[in-house]
Amino acid sequence: MGDGINFSLEEMNEMYKDVLREIGNIGAGNATTALASLLGQKVDMSVPQVKLLEFDEIGELVGGEETVLAGIYLGVEGDIGGNMMFLLSIPSAKYLVSKLMMGMESPGEDFSEMERSALQEVGNIITGSYLNALASLTNMCIYPTVPDLNIDMAAALLSVPAIQYGALGDKILLIQTQFSGDKAIDGYFILIPNMDSYGKVLRALGILDSI
Amino acid sequence: MNEVIKVGMADLKICHSPAAITTLGLGSCVGICLRDPMTKVGGLAHIMLPDSSAFRTIEKVAKFADTGIDELVRLLEQNGASGRRLEAKIAGGAMMFAYNSTSATMRVGEKNVEATLKKLKELGIPVLAQDTGETFGRTIIYYPETGELKVRTVGKSEKTI
Repeated sequence: MGDGINFSLEEMNEMYKDVLREIGNIGAGNATTALASLLGQKVDMSVPQVKLLEFDEIGELVGGEETVLAGIYLGVEGDIGGNMMFLLSIPSAKYLVSKLMMGMESPGEDFSEMERSALQEVGNIITGSYLNALASLTNMCIYPTVPDLNIDMAAALLSVPAIQYGALGDKILLIQTQFSGDKAIDGYFILIPNMDSYGKVLRALGILDSI
Repeated sequence: MNEVIKVGMADLKICHSPAAITTLGLGSCVGICLRDPMTKVGGLAHIMLPDSSAFRTIEKVAKFADTGIDELVRLLEQNGASGRRLEAKIAGGAMMFAYNSTSATMRVGEKNVEATLKKLKELGIPVLAQDTGETFGRTIIYYPETGELKVRTVGKSEKTI
């Protein structure tokens, strides 16, 4: 048994969506707390949204295809598989880095090598706390791969998970949470589980068995 | 200002000069631009994956390089282009993230470019220029009037190929 559940996008009912939203809530809640303690300030989080999108709607997801964002992308491995993306606006990424590097940031919109690795490390901590919360909720073993960072147009960054979904179907399913703070901190968490991971998570939470 | 037609991910469209056709933020996907220089009809396909052959049902033909190019050529021929006169320019196929550079997913950009070139070669459509690979996204605008392809990237000046 084990891997047998085929979870199809068409079967997505409201109940599943509620559960996935709750996953977003717990994961992003933990990650937002981690972000707030890194920054030493309050960070608010939106109600997570579960979205089933056409590929050409992806660009609008985070404020336009050409919006330049800092994207940290990593694989999710262990009992479930998938990917996770942590997106930050450029001012937020700059602010975060300056906080961590005690004001030694480079001017303008560019990021130095050191700033990039600082950002990558932030991504590591934040996404790790998202996945930790999910792991303890489901009692599953879930761990992240080493993340990679790129600063580019939103659509170009999001093309990578879109392609992964494209190999399976004509839509992309994701759990999106937006966060914001008093001082120029805004961005998104996007969790993109593999199709078979949805079934596993739902079952680990006792949802699939009960219906 | 002439009309600029927008093509989304896994989509394809055609346009007649003087209109131009664009797709925004190509990452690992490839933008395939074709035109007939005589009748000035052109088109753009924004493909995501190299090959449709492993898939049983294909609803979005523009998702794949092979079926996408076939469909774009068919549409162009239906709208006054001659298959023998078609010429191509392509862009995209970047590797946006490299957290696992051995994984097939990470190299999909490269595979998309290879599959596109192979399919165009099969059809005998010459590739006049390409701006592919690397690790950055591209916005492209194609002008069927001149065959110019403008490529915009973050932090660099716009270029025309």
